[in-house]
Amino acid sequence: MLKDEDRIFKNLYNDLGADINSAKQRDDWKNTKEICYKGREWIINEIKTSELRGRGGAGFPTGLKWSFAPKEVGSRPHYLVINADESEPGTCKDRDILRFEPHKLIEGCLIASYAVNAHICYIYIRGEYFNEGQKLQQAIDEAYKEGLLGINASDTGWDLDIYIHYGAGAYICGEETALLESLEGKKGQPRLKPPFPALIGLYGCPTIVNNVETIAVVPTILRRGGKWFSSLGRAKNTGTKIYCISGNVNNPCNVEEEMGVPLKDLIEKHAGGVVGGWDNLKAVIPGGSSMPLLPKKICDTIKMDFDACVENKTGLGTAGIVVINKDQDIIKCMARIARFYKHESCGQCTPCREGSGWMWRMLERMAKGEATRDEVDMLMDVTKQIEGHTICAFGEGSAWPVQGLIRNFKDEIIERNKFDPVIKQKKNVPYLVDQHLLEKENA
Amino acid sequence: MSLKKISKNQPKTFEFNIQSLKEIEKAISNYPKNKEQSAVMSLLYIAQKQNDNWIPLAAMKLIAKTLNMPYIKVYEVATFYTMYNLAPVGKYFFQVCTTTPCMIRGAYKLVDVCKKKISKNESMISKDGKSSWLEVECLGACVNAPIVQINEDYFEDLDPEKLSKIIDKISNNEKPKPGSYRGRLSSEPENIRKTLLGNKNA
Repeated sequence: MLKDEDRIFKNLYNDLGADINSAKQRDDWKNTKEICYKGREWIINEIKTSELRGRGGAGFPTGLKWSFAPKEVGSRPHYLVINADESEPGTCKDRDILRFEPHKLIEGCLIASYAVNAHICYIYIRGEYFNEGQKLQQAIDEAYKEGLLGINASDTGWDLDIYIHYGAGAYICGEETALLESLEGKKGQPRLKPPFPALIGLYGCPTIVNNVETIAVVPTILRRGGKWFSSLGRAKNTGTKIYCISGNVNNPCNVEEEMGVPLKDLIEKHAGGVVGGWDNLKAVIPGGSSMPLLPKKICDTIKMDFDACVENKTGLGTAGIVVINKDQDIIKCMARIARFYKHESCGQCTPCREGSGWMWRMLERMAKGEATRDEVDMLMDVTKQIEGHTICAFGEGSAWPVQGLIRNFKDEIIERNKFDPVIKQKKNVPYLVDQHLLEKENA
Repeated sequence: MSLKKISKNQPKTFEFNIQSLKEIEKAISNYPKNKEQSAVMSLLYIAQKQNDNWIPLAAMKLIAKTLNMPYIKVYEVATFYTMYNLAPVGKYFFQVCTTTPCMIRGAYKLVDVCKKKISKNESMISKDGKSSWLEVECLGACVNAPIVQINEDYFEDLDPEKLSKIIDKISNNEKPKPGSYRGRLSSEPENIRKTLLGNKNA
């Protein structure tokens, strides 16, 4: 288990208070000036040394991302945008950072803005987190009052303004280019990449988009050194991470742990175990709903970091762990996730707009046992048609959980859905596309 | 994509009051010059707040004029995002999260309570005219599941009895307390906490 002194979010459970004075006692804002005086190069290199990977789901190296921002400010200003549109089912880590550790985020914003030459920073918070946003605004106001933000912020010689922008209940706005569209006052439909936001982003200007947790850990990394951060976890999967453990566990919770902590430890030690005991475990969604689920066999041994998850055909994503035990109907659980994606598809690309609804309707029928045997393969085919054929990663996000279900629980689906293929039943179903086959004699 | 019904009863005109105008000025000043369109989401919220939690078409037209953008662009934004109510909702607007992490902890039982105690159907205003409810997608507080959002506040760790009591309180004009209904302070593991124990005595 990670030692308490190595935890970055000491106020994760709000024992100490979120106001600026309590935050300062936790070393926030301690030597921001000195850190910035060491220069952009040093900051970016230190983050590179720490091997910090983005905490928003994709796991892109943060130092590398920052180095993509143009070195000199040209005719267009630079922007830093913080993605606090946390909507991935199973994930609720950013909410606690916004509520309880806002100064870590704000200080991180200042350092990151300085590193990427931005004078304006927008924090895009999902609309439902109104109270959390108010708490963050309070913290921002406190920082302004003490001269930590604004003109010559924290005596660094750098000017920075931070503004909060509320979303309005669209999951897709967590995708960085959709988020930028939304910030520009349009509907949140993702843009084609390239060009990447680092060169052409908000209002066509260079923009760096980072997740809340990524930015909030930056000040601590710079204070304690990139080497300290990279000594936790293993190579390319370093540092600590807030894991959210929800679902059928006795004590659902958020907990900060070292990268690569065994999944079983997280569930048994921190979350009080699976309801009904470890043997009652059916499956675990390891990284928010868009990552394929893991069957119990793999849960016994898997370690929770980016690469270990990929080796097991899933992903760490946002580390939102949803535990599903044997009392639940796994097909129904996945059908509900498919419904989520059908509801949240932005409608821009046909495979996703149509496919997400199609997958949902099929899974609902499969949960009730009304589907035919051959539909399982058809469902797999639909997921393959969506995956990789859309502008943004939402396509993968909606297809992967269904693929995970079929990969691991195909027998269970087939056992429940024993009907012959429609074509063999010779039923007259007028809306079926392959109806014409019935008319052939040998069909 | 979510389907949104526009209310049939639309007021003919809509004007911002002084409070709203102040907020609008503040909202527009958050964005660079000539980029006032960015404030459209804030302005829709301001209109919604002023107009009993829903946005009439007249308000969208006014917002379009204020921000110097085509009306249809405002309409597009208002219909795209789910949190803009385009038809009247109850003064107490219950949003029940039923996505998988909440579902497996019994969210549909909460839906049944809403059906029984508020109104038979979603988005239908209750008999006493105070409340309405809606099934929504993940609210992002999964470790405190199941949750219901009433206006801006999260009510966490619920079960059918607790939600019933909350609804009763609202009917009796009392204000229920937001937060966890199992006595948790935040998202800490109940009773078996093993981390940051030094904090407790600090």
